[in-house]
Amino acid sequence: MSIVTVQLGQCGNQIGFEVFDALLRDSHSFQGLCSKRENEAYQTSCKERFFSEEESGVPIARAVLVDMEPKVINQTLSKAAQSGRWKYGQHACFCQKQGSGNNWAYGYSVHGPRHEESIMNLIQKEVEKCDSFSGFFIIMSMAGGTGSGLGAFVTQNLQDQYPNSLKMNQIIWPYGTGEVIVQNYNSVLTLSHLYRSSDALLVHENDAVHKICAKLMNIKQISFSDINQVLAHQLGSVFQPTYSAESSFHYRRNPLGDLMEHLVPHPEFKMLSVRNIPHMSEDSLAYSTFTWAGLLKHLRQMLISNAKMEEGIDWQVRPPLSGLPPLGKMSLSKDLHFNTSIANLVILRGKDVQSADVEGFKDPALYTSWLEPVHAFNVWKTQRAFSKYEKSAVLVSNSQFLVKPLDMIVKKAWNMFASKAYIHQYTKCGIEEEDFLDSFTLLEQVIASYCNL
Amino acid sequence: MTQSVVVQVGQCGNQIGCCFWDLALREHAAVNQKGIYDEAISSFFRNVDTRVVGDGGSISKGKICSLKARAVLIDMEEGVVNEILQGPLRDVFDMNQLITDISGSGNNWAVGHKVFGSLYQDQLLEKLRKSAEHCDCLQCFFIIHSMGGGTGSGLGTFLLKMLEDEFPEVYRFVTSIYPSCEDDVITSPYNSILAMKELNEHADCVLPIDNQSLFDIISKIDLMVNSGKLGTTVKPKSLVTSSSGALKKCHKKPFDAMNNIVANLLLNLTSSARFEGSLNMDLNEISMNLVPFPQLHYLVSSLTPLYTLADVNIPPRRLDQMFSDAFSKDHQLLQADPKHSLYLACALMVRGNVQISDLRRNIERLKPSLQFVSWNQEGWKTSLCSIPPVGHSHSLLALANNTCVKPTFMELKERFMRLYKKKAHLHHYLQVEGMEESCFTEAVSSLSALIQEYNQLDATKNVPVQDLPRLSIAVSLTLPCQCSGVISAHCNLHCLGSSDSSASASQLLFSLVTLLDIPIPHVLEQAVHFVACTRHFFFQVFQ
Repeated sequence: MSIVTVQLGQCGNQIGFEVFDALLRDSHSFQGLCSKRENEAYQTSCKERFFSEEESGVPIARAVLVDMEPKVINQTLSKAAQSGRWKYGQHACFCQKQGSGNNWAYGYSVHGPRHEESIMNLIQKEVEKCDSFSGFFIIMSMAGGTGSGLGAFVTQNLQDQYPNSLKMNQIIWPYGTGEVIVQNYNSVLTLSHLYRSSDALLVHENDAVHKICAKLMNIKQISFSDINQVLAHQLGSVFQPTYSAESSFHYRRNPLGDLMEHLVPHPEFKMLSVRNIPHMSEDSLAYSTFTWAGLLKHLRQMLISNAKMEEGIDWQVRPPLSGLPPLGKMSLSKDLHFNTSIANLVILRGKDVQSADVEGFKDPALYTSWLEPVHAFNVWKTQRAFSKYEKSAVLVSNSQFLVKPLDMIVKKAWNMFASKAYIHQYTKCGIEEEDFLDSFTLLEQVIASYCNL
Repeated sequence: MTQSVVVQVGQCGNQIGCCFWDLALREHAAVNQKGIYDEAISSFFRNVDTRVVGDGGSISKGKICSLKARAVLIDMEEGVVNEILQGPLRDVFDMNQLITDISGSGNNWAVGHKVFGSLYQDQLLEKLRKSAEHCDCLQCFFIIHSMGGGTGSGLGTFLLKMLEDEFPEVYRFVTSIYPSCEDDVITSPYNSILAMKELNEHADCVLPIDNQSLFDIISKIDLMVNSGKLGTTVKPKSLVTSSSGALKKCHKKPFDAMNNIVANLLLNLTSSARFEGSLNMDLNEISMNLVPFPQLHYLVSSLTPLYTLADVNIPPRRLDQMFSDAFSKDHQLLQADPKHSLYLACALMVRGNVQISDLRRNIERLKPSLQFVSWNQEGWKTSLCSIPPVGHSHSLLALANNTCVKPTFMELKERFMRLYKKKAHLHHYLQVEGMEESCFTEAVSSLSALIQEYNQLDATKNVPVQDLPRLSIAVSLTLPCQCSGVISAHCNLHCLGSSDSSASASQLLFSLVTLLDIPIPHVLEQAVHFVACTRHFFFQVFQ
């Protein structure tokens, strides 16, 4: 089944390009660790999900590009075409002349309704091209104006027009120390609206990815291109095909549906984050070997101690001993020690994957009390290795990972809201203080729910 | 892509404008090697087929035929504009874009604003409309003028109101040259204060600049160039004051170097909107991020580096030096010291080979030495444009919304009061039809109110930041499979701790009831009390 990607704003489009590029590059990089037949099944599955075919044989990404000003889309289209391996559809983009000015209200209340028909038409065309349609993957940032505001509007529209299809939003959490001054307002408004209309929110934090580039990849002068490539790598390792029901050659057909089913058991808890292991620069890769036991041990500790990457893990953190009462309400003021999960999904790719032991993830102490580990934990496998890694594992987790960042954003936005700074920019486009308060309330509730796990 | 129109008013405005167009052509010539009329050029220039007479000559794509500036030139004396039209830039301007008169405004705001305003109102409107029609998507008017004279100050600000009425969706960015202390025009305080009122009310963003600062920067550069320190040679093209490679090769005028700085400011301001980059920043984002309250729209600017040394390798230390310099007093284009005042917001617009990690590293490094207002502790807006300015490998423009503009305004007010108390030269103004003493008193009180706002912000400077109490919500969820969670929202009655400082003691009571979509057993309805002492706090109740 196919996934239609909607790329919104500068961030969405820049990342979208890297994602498709990573997917196709991996699809063509055959490591020889599995059989040829296996590899072909993998490639076919990948193609079906993300690309459609043209007469010339060049795969066309199943994507719709939306931005309110033309520079980024032009760049994205030409980069894709230059790669020679794939490209975007000729008429798959929607562009205007003037951007949203980092104004969520402008993206949501002005650009949204004005361009609703054109954008939805484009999306519909893309959906019609799919033989069987799985759902939408919407890539956007929270800090700006188009990705955040127009993104929220489009997601809402998708919910109305395609009530039976799934929507997963990939959202980029901005750097803590400001890329955009009103980023906290934009983030609060985006999150609250998406919480109502999206099925799952897959979050990536710029700060975390930046650290991965600095510490693990050893890049000296980190550019957005580097950051986006790390992100694309993580997403690729989630979305590339995996076996269904433990049998080789048969790959899962409905990736989005399966993800939602396993990871979002309750609509109150929608925020997912991704951790992958290993991740390193190509030079280091040549000198490293891995065992499944080692990888999984690290990954489990990353989950428990809320580490963002495989370096600097706090090994002191332990799950509470079973038999003792649960740890009680998590307090945000103290350092978060133990990360309780609602649901986890581990995806393993590579050599000897059948021998990997994931028992450590089935420990009931890791999970909240209202879900049995047998429902809360799932593992997907494939022998086909991903990218250049002989063995790799990725964890998609619905847990308390994002509580602290969310709390931080709400706190800063609230402080700014109390002084009424910048509010006139939003009210002149139709977003009133009421709307802000609604958003704050919803997010406080989400924070409280997650804290109470 | 959007277009901008430059409106240059008065002698100062036109001289700066002239330098601007010169440098703009130079920049585009350096970037656009193939001579194709692309969207970047179209933001400031039209492409016209000069063989076609009249209006039909615009060409939107393809090779560059003849570039015409999107500009309107206004002056009530002919000298400056005539010189432009006889100089090397004459082909860049359309004869239809000019409005001139002979007599001049006599350094009298009232003459510029009231007399010439009403006289040329229709013509102005027509020329502005024409220039707007030539634009596919007009985003911004850039007005360049001085505050101390008559035409730039009076007629320039008359225009603002007109633009606001006629083109309400288009931004108005004003570059204003403020009079220095040793200004030789006696009535400049009057002109400036009268103009300030208009700027307060009708401009979206003002970039105040003064001649003294520009002059100091020139002196600094000259020192560097002539000092001949061992191992340092300055690349001539890289001087922010230079116009080498530009069209005008005529004898250097005294203000040329200073005007070039302002021209560079405008080019760098618009660079991220015109050229590509990994983190774009459009002009509407400037207003959105840097203007927290409509009245506080004065942005202090600084440009670095002022020159490039001829060493080819730029180690990171030098890159970091560029960031440090942007915050130093010497590099500001106004007599102001932002480092020791309170920041409301700050924008860093970087051009050239600089990546996000360099930017972040420097923000982390400089943050501790800067003071930000309590509700905007991380008030940074950043942008990265890939194309560097001519002669540099990278550059930085910093825009600060900072209370350091206050001394400039206070000093202006003082000079005004010194004259006004003695009613000196007042009759020149009052004899103009439409001018009364109330114009003066209103203008002063408008300025006083603005100064008061900055004072209030400064008062919060060293107060430790307190986190405000948040909405507290009790959540009880029954088993997830029964999706109907019962949620009750408590309302929150809080008093902020009584503050010790007598000046701004304000207790705040707020209670809030919000209802969610899920049915709630009991609805709490309460009246809301709000006490607003400062402008900062005020809440409402919602059903």
